[in-house]
Amino acid sequence: MLEKAIKGNKLYWGWLCLLLAVSGLGFLAYTVQMKEGLSITGMSRDVSWGFYIAQFTFLVGVAASAVMMVIPKYLHHYQAFGRVLILGEFLAVAAVSMCLLFIVVDLGQPQRLFNVLLHPTPNSILFWDMVVLNGYLFLNILIGWVTLESERKQVPPPGWIKPFIYLSIPWAVSIHTVTAFLYCGLPGRGFWLTAILAPRFLASAFASGPAFLILLCYIVKIFTKWDPGKEAIQSLAKIVTYALIANLFFLGLEVFTTAYSQIPDHMLHFKYLFFGLDGHYTYVPWMWVAVIAGLSAVLILLFPKNRQADNVLAFACLLVFLSCWIDKGLGMISGGFVPSPLEHVTEYIPTKLELMVTLGVYAAGFLILTILYKVAVGVKKEVGA
Amino acid sequence: MKSTRRKFIKIAGMSALGWSLCPALFNGSSRAAGHNEGHSEEHSGSSANAHGHGVRWAMAIDTARMTDEIMQKCIEACHSAHNVPHINNKQEIKWIWPETFHHLFPGQMNDHFHTNEFPERKALALCNHCDNPPCVRVCPTKATFKRPDGIVMMDFHRCVGCRYCMAACPYGSRSFNFADPRKYLKESERTLEFPTRTKGVVEKCLFCYERLAEGKQPYCVEVSEGTIYFGDLNDPHSDVRKVLKERYAIRRKPELGTSPCVYYLI
Repeated sequence: MLEKAIKGNKLYWGWLCLLLAVSGLGFLAYTVQMKEGLSITGMSRDVSWGFYIAQFTFLVGVAASAVMMVIPKYLHHYQAFGRVLILGEFLAVAAVSMCLLFIVVDLGQPQRLFNVLLHPTPNSILFWDMVVLNGYLFLNILIGWVTLESERKQVPPPGWIKPFIYLSIPWAVSIHTVTAFLYCGLPGRGFWLTAILAPRFLASAFASGPAFLILLCYIVKIFTKWDPGKEAIQSLAKIVTYALIANLFFLGLEVFTTAYSQIPDHMLHFKYLFFGLDGHYTYVPWMWVAVIAGLSAVLILLFPKNRQADNVLAFACLLVFLSCWIDKGLGMISGGFVPSPLEHVTEYIPTKLELMVTLGVYAAGFLILTILYKVAVGVKKEVGA
Repeated sequence: MKSTRRKFIKIAGMSALGWSLCPALFNGSSRAAGHNEGHSEEHSGSSANAHGHGVRWAMAIDTARMTDEIMQKCIEACHSAHNVPHINNKQEIKWIWPETFHHLFPGQMNDHFHTNEFPERKALALCNHCDNPPCVRVCPTKATFKRPDGIVMMDFHRCVGCRYCMAACPYGSRSFNFADPRKYLKESERTLEFPTRTKGVVEKCLFCYERLAEGKQPYCVEVSEGTIYFGDLNDPHSDVRKVLKERYAIRRKPELGTSPCVYYLI
């Protein structure tokens, strides 16, 4: 099926070249990082994780969201998702690939990466994160490819793939749960030390992932003339609405517990993010944009008429994506490190080189995504689905 | 019986695999069991002897007698003997450093009482060599590990630089080599007695394990003019036990259950 990826129009090749160029640029920036170490980043002794780990966390969520279509399709036989399911699975493949790349670029000694396998340490959550992420990548490549192949041959998918599909459901939940466990099991970090972290991660994942998928469906529809189907998009929109409300609700629970108990260890982080601390306000506007974007998206999506209008839906999805990205891709990691356990306030602002590496990883991910989507849509058009 | 040869090769292959895996599995599990035994022993001991058998290194810092000059001497002695570079920005490396009580013991210093001089007073911060260290728990490669004598050790050659231990440490005791530390060490300042580190690994105070092995006291203790007590917490006659018996001492963030082995005498 891969041959579908090498037949395309000028726009397709131009887009691929652009992505290649950007990821090449990112790689160049990474070579500087290899030479100079992580000193080229804005990270510090107090904020020892930054943009890379934040993007990793956000993208784990995007990857996990494929399950929101797998459950209706395979457990409830909801056929409208049959058409677009492959887009969700391939999005998961691209997202997990980016996650793994972000982990690698964040390592101080990437050439020692395989020490994690040479000295497996089950008491480390990072070890389990590696297991579940790689497992999820494998599952989605396998399931996506096999089901697409049988669709091309116009036969039902082989029986042996079913157990893998069912396994992928709890597995998707596991990747984001384990990723939340990375943070919420640390004794000195009040911002993350909350049992709601994993549910909140999942809720924001199931909002941002499907929102992104809706946007991708529109893009696919415009550029390939293949229609993913109105019903699928409408159902996704409902999922986004529910998940977004759950996410904001969980945020509210967190804010109440913290603000009413008034324990400084927990409260200072929220204070820093939303109001600023000791004269440091960098994240304040971002966080309020995230809250306002999230709330306005709920207001828009709650009304079926808005969801049914393509333009309004796309705009709302952009808001959802923006809100979740700021929340997880910016605030979640910095907020956890500031103030430090010694209550020092050291702000984190990513450097240009750091942003270039990040952009390079995103470009590499979109390259994978474009190629996989080209194959998927090519097959769909071939069989006239 | 057509597939006899095929079957034979299959079985032979599986047995060879089993043969080679089994010893490794048994070894692994017995080692793990041995490890657990030692661990539970360490934690199930009676309260009088809470650190198991054998030596358990601990430190007590006399905050009443500690002065700025002594602190500077301690830092200088430690950092120069361990090739800790002086980097003057937020990516700095420090094994031992002065910190105000307000930051050492956040929330415990009654900061709002104007009659209280403690919040602004300073003492030394360093790795606490916790009995239950979160950094060891999270390390994905066992590059940081706990020795039977209580020292939380680092293997600079195994560390992948994921910095999970820095996120886990509730005392900010760990530093990361964002840049090549050798760039910041002048040739004349470098000692050959202790290895320099490479970029991309985490480091911290190691309780001068190399000095203890020679029967000497840690560098900071040696130059502290008697304001830092050091010794075996399991030995009732050690300096550290004697002073802890006489004086009131606190530890950093006891509520987290990490059980630090650095005490602050008030």
